[in-house]
Amino acid sequence: MSWLVIRQPLDPRKALALKLAAFCIPLAVWCLVSYVPFIWHPEVKLIERGGTRSYVVGGHIPVAAFEVEQKQLHDKGLAPMVGVPINPIFLPPPHEVGRALYTAFTTEPQRKGAPWLHERIVQSIGVLAMGFLLACMVALPLGILCGTYDFFSKMIEPFVDFMRYMPAPAFGALMVAVLGTAGAPKVSIVFIGLFFNMLLVTANTVRSLDVSLLEAAQTLGARGTRLLTRVVIPGSLPMLYTDLRIALGFGWVYLTIAELIGEMSGITEFINQNGKFRNYPNVFTGIIVLGMLGFLTDQILGWLGTKLFPWQPRSKPRRTLKTKSTTVASLALIAGPQPVASGVSHANS
Amino acid sequence: MPTLELPCYRELEAPVAARFDRIDLRPVVVEVQSLGKIFEAPTGPVETLRDVNFKIRRREFVCIIGPSGCGKSTLVRMLAGLDTPTTGEVLIENQPVTGPGPDRGMVFQGYTLFPWMTVKKNVMFGLQMKNVGADKADSEARQWIDMVGLTRFADSYPHQLSGGMKQRVAIARALANQPKVLLMDEPFGALDSQTRCSMQMYLKQIWMNVDITIAFITHDLDEAILLADRIIVLAAHPGRVIEIINVPLLQPRTPEAMMSPRFLATRKRLDELIHPPKTGTDEDEPDKLPVMRMTLVGDDVL
Repeated sequence: MSWLVIRQPLDPRKALALKLAAFCIPLAVWCLVSYVPFIWHPEVKLIERGGTRSYVVGGHIPVAAFEVEQKQLHDKGLAPMVGVPINPIFLPPPHEVGRALYTAFTTEPQRKGAPWLHERIVQSIGVLAMGFLLACMVALPLGILCGTYDFFSKMIEPFVDFMRYMPAPAFGALMVAVLGTAGAPKVSIVFIGLFFNMLLVTANTVRSLDVSLLEAAQTLGARGTRLLTRVVIPGSLPMLYTDLRIALGFGWVYLTIAELIGEMSGITEFINQNGKFRNYPNVFTGIIVLGMLGFLTDQILGWLGTKLFPWQPRSKPRRTLKTKSTTVASLALIAGPQPVASGVSHANS
Repeated sequence: MPTLELPCYRELEAPVAARFDRIDLRPVVVEVQSLGKIFEAPTGPVETLRDVNFKIRRREFVCIIGPSGCGKSTLVRMLAGLDTPTTGEVLIENQPVTGPGPDRGMVFQGYTLFPWMTVKKNVMFGLQMKNVGADKADSEARQWIDMVGLTRFADSYPHQLSGGMKQRVAIARALANQPKVLLMDEPFGALDSQTRCSMQMYLKQIWMNVDITIAFITHDLDEAILLADRIIVLAAHPGRVIEIINVPLLQPRTPEAMMSPRFLATRKRLDELIHPPKTGTDEDEPDKLPVMRMTLVGDDVL
């Protein structure tokens, strides 16, 4: 079975098929659960009221309660209700979510003066960018100093290591009191969430630079701050870039929490409001939008990384295990005399 | 097997002796006086080096060899100023060494080229530390890169080069500072034997054509005899100088010299010093293993 061979990479077509399946299979399961009646569908969506006084059109009724009401109507001789089996309200079918992805951007907000979804996106990104950049501006220089000079390390790191155990959301009430209810406390939550960890990670990354590079620089005449600016910082940059990318990934989480502090805003408010009004297709939309934003920014940063740091070697082809199913030719090589060239070329394939 | 009649390794033919006399007239570049180093290990203090004394004169090629654990790397690091001795001192042109500096260039065993810089920028690094102007540094760096035969690779990054090429860049980078002594800590240890051979020849060429004094650490006895004017032999536990051998062959030596009787005599002496014959009474390393005969009678390998 050539799909499951230990430490053997799949050929590109099989790999592509699996990557597509990874997305299609959950989608297929979702479609199955939503559209095929007998799999789940524990509720009934009312289409015609009939004679009932307890339920409204469009509402969801558990199947058992529906049948009880139906029987009562029948007993009283009133018109029966008409409904379709459906999933609970929090699992809308794919086409409704698809439609919501479009309408969420084109529907005018219910509250006058409230931001449109694309404006909310800009708002959210703005808060995250501000918090992230502020954290970088403070954490990076301090982290580099801590990683380079033990003096700063001993002075700063123990306190920061203690502070980072205080979760950023816990500062919500405090930040609102200090900074008001507008945008500033949200930026501060993102900042607090990112800053302490970013400083420690930066310090560790800088500290882990190969000391023999520094020694080589010393034997070439570099001393003091030149060691810092000409060796430590350029040498650590690629790894620091990766650390920052990871931090930005966490920043999205802090953003979501921050948007609940004080006055709700941004995409999180969109999700919460729609949740309150039980408009779950829009909730899904909000979550998907947030996920796509994070995914796209990370992909862009990854591509940018390869351009900024051309000296980083690309991942080398790793040695793969040669197993029985793939090396029949090699067995023949062992069995009998073969020209050396072909054996070597196979071993390298 | 007939045994070879080998001359005494201490016998120097007239031209060789005359050359050593000329070397003795040159000024002393490196002087090591009563050097000692004691490391604090968890199990207690470890005396890595004890009372090391030697002199290296201008444009000499000195090899320092010894078994593993004899403190060769510690010694060269103290020459470079990266470690401080517990006792004694290192003098470079009569000035005591207080720390690392560009007057003592160093080539390490692991490749320590700066990966974020191209070959040319690597070689320019030392010059820029001396605040040489960018244009001048560029042209000087190019000269050194040409000298090590890597003109085509001036704008490549270290990760694109092979091991031998990386060490050539490291040599060029150190030499660009025109140091008083070039310290090399087993620079060819990680290379395959073919590359090692060609690197030894390149190093010889550079040494003959550039005003440079070389102190070369190695554990390869043949390499030491092939390259060095004099060999400083260290013993282990604690590290100390047991002999300084003047190599009885004319420079430059080609690989063919490895077959000459004097080469073999020197090699034999080094073998005796580095690998003393086992007494057979050591419990951990007996002469013979207690292997039982497990093959059939008559089935012999001989």
